[in-house]
Order: sequence, then C-alpha cells, then structure tokens
Amino acid sequence: MDEVFITDDQIISPLGFSSEENVKNLRNEVSGIQEISDPDLAPFSFFGAKINRENVAEEFNAIGPLSKYTYLEQLMILAIDKLLKKNTETDFSNTLLVVSTTKGNIDLLKSLGDFPEKRVKLYELARAIQHFFQFKNEPLVVSNACVSGALAVGVAKKMLQQKKYKNAIVVAGDLLSEFVLSGFNSFQALDDKICKPYSKNRNGINLGEAAAAVLIKKQSTKKNAIKILGEASVNDANHISGPSRTGEGLVKSVEKALLEAKISSEKIDFISAHGTATLFNDEMEAIAFHRLGLSRKPLHSLKAYYGHTLGASALLETIITKHSLTQNELYKSLGFSENGVSKALNIIENPKKQDLQIALKTASGFGGCNYAIIFEKKSV
Amino acid sequence: MKNKYFITDFVKFSKQLKTADVDAIQTELKEEYKALAVQYPKFHKMDLLSKLGFIATELLQKKVNFPSDTALIFQNNASSLVTDIQHQKSIQEKDAYFPSPSIFVYTLPNIVMGEIAIRHQLQSENTFFISENFQADLIKNYTQSLLDTKKASASISGWIDLNTEGYNVFLAFISEKGTLPFTTENLQHKFTA
Repeated sequence: MDEVFITDDQIISPLGFSSEENVKNLRNEVSGIQEISDPDLAPFSFFGAKINRENVAEEFNAIGPLSKYTYLEQLMILAIDKLLKKNTETDFSNTLLVVSTTKGNIDLLKSLGDFPEKRVKLYELARAIQHFFQFKNEPLVVSNACVSGALAVGVAKKMLQQKKYKNAIVVAGDLLSEFVLSGFNSFQALDDKICKPYSKNRNGINLGEAAAAVLIKKQSTKKNAIKILGEASVNDANHISGPSRTGEGLVKSVEKALLEAKISSEKIDFISAHGTATLFNDEMEAIAFHRLGLSRKPLHSLKAYYGHTLGASALLETIITKHSLTQNELYKSLGFSENGVSKALNIIENPKKQDLQIALKTASGFGGCNYAIIFEKKSV
Repeated sequence: MKNKYFITDFVKFSKQLKTADVDAIQTELKEEYKALAVQYPKFHKMDLLSKLGFIATELLQKKVNFPSDTALIFQNNASSLVTDIQHQKSIQEKDAYFPSPSIFVYTLPNIVMGEIAIRHQLQSENTFFISENFQADLIKNYTQSLLDTKKASASISGWIDLNTEGYNVFLAFISEKGTLPFTTENLQHKFTA
C-alpha cells in the first residue's frame, strides 16, 4: 500500500484564522468559549465558541462574492484558500475534494435568504466549494456524526491508495446553529459554564463552530508532514445516543488501527481524545483506554478551547495533533481539575515540550460510531 | 485478476408519491414492518430513514447471514432532511419552542447504520456518504478497500434515500460468496435495473 501523508493544514476558528494562530492560543491556554446571549441562536444564554462574523466577511470579501456563498461555505472556502496559497503547485486534475460536515447549511432551513431551497443539501455545499476553486473531480461528502472529520481523512487515504488521485483536500466544517443548540439543550447535555473534560465536576458539552482543511498526498516533500499509519471505525452496536459502557467500539477501533499501523500500543506517545465532557462519553473513553493499556499515555481533550465543533472537531483536533508531533509539544487539556473518571488517565495538566513520534486521535459519536487514526511524524 | 468479491444478494424497493406526504410513508412502512412478522418494538421509535434501513436489512437477512464484522457503507441524497424539517418545526416559532431529544437524535444520516448495527449486532466499519446520485464507483472502491485490508469480511453497501415525496433503497450484500462479480458496472446495473 502507498504511504499517505498530511502535508499541510489550515484552521478557521474562534482562536484564529490560521493553524499557527490557533496553536499559539492553545499554548497560551486561551479558550474560544464565552457566554452568548443571542435570540437568533437560542431563547436562553449559553456558553459556546463562535467565530466573529465580521472578520469572516472582511477576509472573504477579498477572495470572492459574499452574497453567493453561505456562511459555512465562506468558512470552508477560506480554510482551503489559505491552504492552497501555501501549496500553489497542487494539480487539480488529480486532486480529490472530501467534505466533512454533519449539518452543513442547516441554518437555511430557518431562512433561505437569496439561496435556492436545494442549497441545504450537503452535496450542494460541496459543489459550491468545488465551483469556487474550479476543482475538476466530483467532491465526496462524508456525514457520519462526530467522527466525520477524522473519518474523512481515512476516506481520502483509501481513495489515494486506490491510485486514481495523487492529492486530496479534506475540508471539515459545522456551524454553531440554533438547530444543534436546541437539540443538545433538549438532551440537557450543555454545560452552563466552560466544559470540563474528564473532571469530577464535568456537566456536559459546549458547542462551537470551525472550519479546517488539510492537504493529503502520497509523497511528501514537506518538512512538517505526518504519515497516516492506520485507521479504523467500529460501531458499538449498543445505543444510538449514548456510548457503550464498556467502550467496546472504541477499543476495537484502536485495536484495528494499531493492527494496520503494525505497531503495539506502547509505541503511542500521546492521545488526542474526544473528551466532550459529558458524563458518559468521558467515562467510556477512560474505560476504553484502560482496556487498551493506554491509561498512562499523555492525553488531552480540546473541547474546552473550541467547544464541540461536530463534523469539524476530529479534523481540527487532527491538525493540532500534527502540530504537537512536529513541534514536540503537548498542549494542556483545558478545563481539567480533579479526576472524574473511574479509570485514571494521564491528563495533560500543563503544556510541555517532549519528544513525540506517534500519536493516536480518537472520536466517538451519535449512532454508536467510533473512529481511531494513528499518525507518525515523518523523519527528516 | 480474478474477482474475489461478489454481490451475494441485494434488496431494492422505492416509492414516488405525487406530492409530499410523510404520513403516507409512515403508514406504509408500518404495514411493511407488520408483514415482516418480527417483534422489535424499537422500530416504532425510529425515524423514517431508520425504518427504511431496518426493513431493508430484515429482508436482506432472509437471504444471507451477516458476519459480525459486516461493514455498512451507505449513501444518499437528502441526508436526514425529513427529520431535520421535523426538528426545525419544533423550534421555528419562539412561542412554540419544544425541541425533542427523541427527534433530534435522528437528525444525522448515520443513525440508521447505528440502528442496524444494534439490531444485527454488527461491531463494524460505518461510513455515510452524501451525493446527488448513486456513485457506484465510490461505493465499490470504498467497500473493496475495506475488504482488501481485512477491516471487514463482508459489507452491506448501497443507497438509502428518503425525502417527503418518497424513498429509494438499494442495499447489496458483498462477500466472497456468490456468482455476480462485485464490479462498478454490476453494482450500477443492479441499482438501475
């Protein structure tokens, strides 16, 4: 099988409009979450992470007509545009676009504005992005709940290994919308402050919005590339809105990813976990990592920086993982205080420098889905 | 190279109403469920997309056995739009704001795969793709990749689309058993025929 690399990346989030700016804010332990009172989003105030819309308009205006693209499309296009400006040699004839989103332009259900009704369809969002850049190949759309962002990287890897394409651009995005806020609130799943992954006093999630993009290639000439060693998804086959109590699907996902990577779990240097800060998710992860013999590996959740950005989260967190590996730097698991899971984890409580070679990224979501992907820093 | 995998069997059914009528679809799927003569009370809690997936895989299982690592590789046009509209209606008016978790959980297309995984105890690979039309090429290549790399020993792969005016379901069981080679052309042909 051909080797596949993530060679470059961009993040558009409340913590900045470049990966570098985002990393800088993580280093400084800055959270993008704040209290929001906005009747267009919810009839209650809540803690969430929202991108400044005026800044987006200003940046987007410089590259395209604002009125022709929805807000989410603007975020995703901005992420890709910044990525491509650093990779001008990218040949579109053998490049595949993979789009990850759970709800896409779902805000159009409330009010269409000047957009046609069909724009709420996820493939129409992908087409709008395709047309903006004049990508030659028909885009793929992955919509698989909260594992989508990393799963889309696995999809791109499989498609590149099938020889048809040389490059893939994976873009992931979701909005902090009234639609998802009302839903998670009806589940009583929202924390009334900034979320506290793995902590005793954790009380639910915050929602956020972001777009992230990566360039995936079969050859890598870039210094800061990471190699995809293995990946797998396994469904819990247990419950549609809660994780398995035993972490079965997550354990099996990691085991299968390790198998493909041809490494043992000892080789993992750190874990970028899902850590939504719900009681059940974090407990399930602790049990799964314990079963896998990974309890002592440094681990963080980034949800207290970004909130849960749904279809974007696992790609956003993959990008931060890439920067961790290439910078030899562990970012703090913000919001953690006292251990609140039954099997203790090695939560990263302070940012630190450490030699890192191999990282595990995991995600779990509604529908019982779990996903694990393992990355190795490219030796230079 | 000899083809290792086959379209072992498949199910296919569709409905196109003249106008939007979600209630009519609901009633019809209830009849289909009764005709299956199985006891699975959870069926009644599912959204329409999950009901379609449930019925399709019950029919398919009458013809083939699913190993526990049978992958689910689905695709559709409308994602979970019918349920999305239902959730949106519950929050559209500020003085009638009553979102329900039992509806909201179904506002993701992959939930149908979760329901099928639970019903048939499939701890396996799941991927949900969205596209305007069935992409036989993608579904074939992606399924093949999972089988070739031993991430799954079989797969239920295909199209499961629902909108307010009807539905279209085509799910094929792909494994090493059978006579019809698993090729893009054969998959497309069975979908269209």
